[in-house]
Amino acid sequence: MSAPAPITPQVVADHGLSPDEYARVRRALGREPNLLELGIFSVMWSEHCSYKSSRLHLAKLPTTGPHVIHGPGENAGVVDIGNGLAAIFKMESHNHPSFIEPYQGAATGVGGILRDVFTMGARPVALMNALRFGRPDAPKMKHLISGVVAGIGGYGNCVGVPTVGGEVDFHPAYDGNILVNAMAVGVARADRIFLSAAAGVGNPVVYVGSKTGRDGIHGATMASADFGADAEEKRPTVQVGDPFTEKLLIEACLELMETGAIVAIQDMGAAGLTSSSVEMASKGGVGIELDMDAVPAREEGMTPYEMMLSESQERMLMVLEPGREEEAAAIFRKWELDFAVIGRVTDTGRMVLRFGGTAVADIPLGALADDAPKYDRPHVPTPPRAPLGPLDFAGDPLEDLRALLASPDLASRRWVWEQYDSEVGADTVQRPGGDAAVVRVHGTPKALAITTDCTPRYCYADPVEGGAQAIAGAYRNLSAVGARPLAATDCLNFGNPQRPEIMGQLVGCIEGMARACRALDFPIVSGNVSLYNETSGPDGSGSAILPTPAVGAVGLLDDWRSAATLAFKAADEDVWLIGAPPSHLGQSIWLRELRGLEEGPPPSVDLAAERLHAEFVREAIANGLVSAVHDVADGGLLVALAEMALAGNLGATLDPLFPDPAARPADWHPFLFGEDQARYVVTTGNSDPFVRLTAERGIPHLHLGSTGGDALLCRPTRSGALLADLRRAHEGFFPALMGGEPAVA
Amino acid sequence: MVVFPGSNCDRDLAVALREATGREPVMLWHRETELPDDLDLIGVPGGFSYGDYLRSGAMAARSPVMRAVKDAADKGVAVLGVCNGFQILTEAGLLPGALMRNSGIRFVCRDAPLRVGNADTPFTRRYEPGEVIDLPVAHHDGNYQADEATLDRLEGEGRVAFRYADPCNGSARDIAGIVNERSNVLGLMPHPERAFDPAHGGRGGRRLFEGLVEALA
Repeated sequence: MSAPAPITPQVVADHGLSPDEYARVRRALGREPNLLELGIFSVMWSEHCSYKSSRLHLAKLPTTGPHVIHGPGENAGVVDIGNGLAAIFKMESHNHPSFIEPYQGAATGVGGILRDVFTMGARPVALMNALRFGRPDAPKMKHLISGVVAGIGGYGNCVGVPTVGGEVDFHPAYDGNILVNAMAVGVARADRIFLSAAAGVGNPVVYVGSKTGRDGIHGATMASADFGADAEEKRPTVQVGDPFTEKLLIEACLELMETGAIVAIQDMGAAGLTSSSVEMASKGGVGIELDMDAVPAREEGMTPYEMMLSESQERMLMVLEPGREEEAAAIFRKWELDFAVIGRVTDTGRMVLRFGGTAVADIPLGALADDAPKYDRPHVPTPPRAPLGPLDFAGDPLEDLRALLASPDLASRRWVWEQYDSEVGADTVQRPGGDAAVVRVHGTPKALAITTDCTPRYCYADPVEGGAQAIAGAYRNLSAVGARPLAATDCLNFGNPQRPEIMGQLVGCIEGMARACRALDFPIVSGNVSLYNETSGPDGSGSAILPTPAVGAVGLLDDWRSAATLAFKAADEDVWLIGAPPSHLGQSIWLRELRGLEEGPPPSVDLAAERLHAEFVREAIANGLVSAVHDVADGGLLVALAEMALAGNLGATLDPLFPDPAARPADWHPFLFGEDQARYVVTTGNSDPFVRLTAERGIPHLHLGSTGGDALLCRPTRSGALLADLRRAHEGFFPALMGGEPAVA
Repeated sequence: MVVFPGSNCDRDLAVALREATGREPVMLWHRETELPDDLDLIGVPGGFSYGDYLRSGAMAARSPVMRAVKDAADKGVAVLGVCNGFQILTEAGLLPGALMRNSGIRFVCRDAPLRVGNADTPFTRRYEPGEVIDLPVAHHDGNYQADEATLDRLEGEGRVAFRYADPCNGSARDIAGIVNERSNVLGLMPHPERAFDPAHGGRGGRRLFEGLVEALA
């Protein structure tokens, strides 16, 4: 190494460590660190890697269940799906890089989450994403939308894993901090799950994949601070993805996993070689010694500091059984990937790095992993919202419907989804656009249902209810296609946790999520936390994102043929509402889009009703009693009906009798646009057995009308809308915003 | 089935061929220089061969195995190139023309209605001429182009197997798939292997495989 640089307070601050944290480093080492050691501590103790602000609260989430094989703590959650198979999945954020360089930021987000899944032995079978953008007309926003969507597609399409859906929402709170959350789902043999704990003193530590370059140095530290005016200058900290190498890495790793030569394996994600080696050694309770001269480097003259902190993509670290190196190397030669023995497992409990024959770092692993700071940051609860005042209900609800279908949050996402290969693998049963995607488990009749859900405006108004709603919404989406919800993964996106009101949002959302998970027997098996999603103005003021605890979830269908879809199927079928008539307009999209108000409390979540209604819907689907199912979500009942009609290209006539024949037309808005939870719309060609089952199960239900024709007719309000007109409104938003060819109807 | 680094529809095409023929396809790595003797059909699957960081299919077209594929095609062995496979076949000179970036610039994945052109090839014999079927497309470089004389010749000789019934990617004369002069090589951008199984919803691709089995029996 060159002459040791002095560790000044400025150098410490540049590494994102507080003076207290630096004192902790010195105590752990019993001396001053050198720059390399400081760099290693700084990334391991970054918010991104250490969860220092959230760990205390994450412990409240239920993480176990009868079918959970591995919960949080591993690269991804693992759930038993029968047939000797397991589903492995996780969702992760790539927010900060995507704002700075949208294509590569989003692409490498996909690459990273895929590695988390195939590291454990799974072949990835599906990708999803949850995207939040600012106002469509905010500066740079079209560039961000276009880059993020192209980056997600560019990576997933090339690597050959179908991107089967997700969310795209807009809100001014994301103007300066967009969110890119990517989820991957894989399938592995349940008896062959690979973990990261290193074992076997003397075993070789092997590096495979791409060479290490100077890209992405300090990405984890960047992702642990808010954006100032210098966001553009951080572009060099964004990594560059190579999906082709990732595809080769998947095939090579899965091939090597067949041989039994792997003791432990870990992908190099955030904080690259540092976090992978530290995690493997500390989880195994062993030590590790690495020879920096052996690390495959992309360019000459790289220092150990750069090699340890690089976030170059498409790399893995593994511990092999002794004597199996040549067999493993042959597989990686076939796939034309780098393979290098770079160290060995030791019994010292320390991480020792050698370079040019001398030790350049020597750190006790306990200090790095277990002694990481853990903060109980001050938090204040979000004050309850006042009830809504009187509203103006003038206007034809079907005119409002047209406006809602054309609004950013409810418009067709076809422009986005057509850029994703949603069918590679030839097992996609339900493509993007339904309540949940459905992907067949290859070679079996089973299928996984996959969804993401979160309603940030609810979380902002009431973090506890909003957190519960995110879980309940995901649970409902899975149930609406007939899948038994198995487990969830979360991606908790918040602002600066050092502000008590932001910390209060995090604590509140986790409390609500935990409550919902317990009530629904729906554990969280993996996840990620992304804090500091806020931009500080020149005057030091902060503008944080809406609290966004994105939930990804997986459910199981025993037979893909029984999966329900939302499209109206045939004319003259009865349309039913499951659940009591809606009426709650607080925080609804109707209120925001048509009255310009983001007010009132969000709808409350009745978890007993969620469970009861979902179980009923799943039973009705399994018994073939219903022909179409859709959950009532953003926009309320009339939007749900329109989505079903548009998907089936078949209209409906809504009864004159619902819900109260004496009601005045002005009373229809809360019914048609309220966003009350635990509601579904179903159709059936044979109402008698359906109604009998509702009675047996004690399910509130209401006859809404019948299918048929080419329009949505609302007899009570004496109005109607042609599907062709609604479709034009629905399909118009994205092409008009982003340009290009008109959407195909 | 030829497999390149970066192929990603090889398994999907192999599944369809296995189900249609009842036989297990042989997977051949790109470095192979010789093909098995008794081949009935060579599949060149979709994906991003060698990453397609150069022109799509350009690297794969120059791989060792493609020389062997060309020799086999010259002897009359049937060759089916789908998506990236079509791009590779044009780059390798087994089919005329080129697949350029979609006119809309973006990747496009959707069900595309196709009109069957010549129904008198081993690949299209189970379709009716002029019939419209749905097959999924998923590509970034599917914009088929050739000079006017070549296009005229393709049309005149009945070598257009499929056309897009709705504009899809800017292809000249809406061409989605073509055969060579002997009609034993088909390249097409849409994915018949993704419209084969009941789980795929649309089943417009099934008869392509069934027709092939009949023709090759």
